[in-house]
Amino acid sequence: MNEALSAPLDAPVAEPAVPKIRLRGLRKAFGPKKVLDGVDLDVMPGSSMVILGGSGSGKSVTIKCILGLITPDSGTIEIDGRNVLAMSAREREAVLDRTGMLFQNGALFDSLPVWENVCFKLLAQKRLDRRQARDKAAQALADVGLDASVGDLSPAELSGGMQKRVALARAIASEPEIIFFDEPTTGLDPIMGAVIDGLIVDCVKRLGATAVTITHDMASARRIGDHAAMIHQGRIVWTGPAATLGQTGNPIVDQFARGEREGPIKMELRR
Amino acid sequence: MSSSSLLARPLDGLAALGRAVLDLCRTAGAVTLFALNAVSHAVRPPFHPRLLLRAFLEVGYFSLPVVGLTAVFTGMVLALQSFSGFSRFGAEGAVANVVVLSITRELGPVLAGLMVSGRIGAAFAAEIGTMRVTDQIDALTTLSTDPIKYLVTPRLLAATLAMPLLVLVADVLGVMGGYLIATLKLGFSGPTYLKATLDFVQMTDVVSGLVKAAVFGFVVALMGTWCGYNSRGGAQGVGGATTKAVVASSILILALDYVLTEAFFSR
Ligand SMILES: Nc1ncnc2c1ncn2[C@@H]1O[C@H](COP(=O)(O)OP(=O)(O)OP(=O)(O)O)[C@@H](O)[C@H]1O
Ligand SMILES: [Mg+2]
Repeated sequence: MNEALSAPLDAPVAEPAVPKIRLRGLRKAFGPKKVLDGVDLDVMPGSSMVILGGSGSGKSVTIKCILGLITPDSGTIEIDGRNVLAMSAREREAVLDRTGMLFQNGALFDSLPVWENVCFKLLAQKRLDRRQARDKAAQALADVGLDASVGDLSPAELSGGMQKRVALARAIASEPEIIFFDEPTTGLDPIMGAVIDGLIVDCVKRLGATAVTITHDMASARRIGDHAAMIHQGRIVWTGPAATLGQTGNPIVDQFARGEREGPIKMELRR
Repeated sequence: MSSSSLLARPLDGLAALGRAVLDLCRTAGAVTLFALNAVSHAVRPPFHPRLLLRAFLEVGYFSLPVVGLTAVFTGMVLALQSFSGFSRFGAEGAVANVVVLSITRELGPVLAGLMVSGRIGAAFAAEIGTMRVTDQIDALTTLSTDPIKYLVTPRLLAATLAMPLLVLVADVLGVMGGYLIATLKLGFSGPTYLKATLDFVQMTDVVSGLVKAAVFGFVVALMGTWCGYNSRGGAQGVGGATTKAVVASSILILALDYVLTEAFFSR
């Protein structure tokens, strides 16, 4: 009775939305090695998607395909319903202007001080002059728990965790519509990890951004994600609510989420 | 069986040769497109004057000591060698002419080009290669910045503009080196030597050298940025890119030197 009532109420809300990101049949091989073998994925506007998967399963490659940094062998990538792969260079730039990316290894520019790194996009788009950028950088650094004095250091003078946080500040400083986080909390202590998770949730809530996060940390996945997707052997084998991770009923996902040695995922370890 | 393999062997060799030629053509085409793309950014805003200035200082100013020293010693050696060589014909008087002609036409631009290729070509390849393997070039793209415009164009422009200036200084220092040896060791009178130099040297000698310098500067920067931009696979890849940049630009400098000399001086 209750269910029959709620179904038509839910339907019009979910129906008309075009996915912010839509992947269909994405394939990519490096030489003989098939990394992506038909990835299908939908990410709804304003939602937060967490991508899970073993090391080397192609999570970073998937994100780089969406950003156009790697050209897939076949398949389609739609952003706001438009095929990115068929776009002209200029249209693609316009899409990238609205996107942010945190690279797995930070990828900070070591020839520039931290504050210029953080406000690089705002300076490139001439949205700020250099003086305003300094203030904005101090603000953005405070958001990720770093002192304003860090702004004058060079990235090489920072610890790994600090670099990660600077990279995060850089990814969100331009307040993009779509943000990709490649392992945002790897290498951070648990408290800072929770702070960063909070920041990501805040980006999605406050800016209305669409977020795609790669993580290996289940606690963080549940905190950040509305939805989660599991990539295994080049395909998405499961998608569902992030809150259910660990008791999804899918043996692959459950094994991964609980970190069990026995299960359908066989680690290729040599003895 | 054996006859077919006998037949196949020369064909294999041919195939390998063909493949190498095709590879070379493909690379040449890719480098040309890369260069055209980079040059086209020089006239399209936004511009990066700050980066241009930095690269200009790197090429022009910080290469001065090494290029200057090379030029001085080359001038000195030229004076000694031509003196001892020409004395066999009793033509010692030609020392000043030989020194200034060799320096301005050939040795100034070529030696400066080779020194700069070791210094700047290697540095460009290592910098850009490191940025490539640490995802910094991808990061530029995601931060609304064209990596070619940001990394390659300023370096190409800077090297092309700075090299002629560098070679002008090298010309002066090279002649001075010759002058020092001629006056201090070989017994020429200073004013006579200088007068012989200035009377003999012509505008085309200097200008042709400066044109060569600009071309060499462009080639060094192009090879450095191209090898760096296309480097793969960690520290080893960057090391390989650096070596390739220096070797390729050195060979291109010597080959283009012949072509340009042919264009300038053969009638
Ligand atoms: N540029 C490349 N050239 C060749 N192979 C690549 C390249 N990039 C990625 N690969 C391969 O693709 C596979 C997937 O890589 P990817 O970086 O996406 O893994 P991942 O899922 O992000 O793993 P991790 O969790 O360890 O970051 C790896 O096996 C890797 O060797
Ligand atoms: Mg990865």
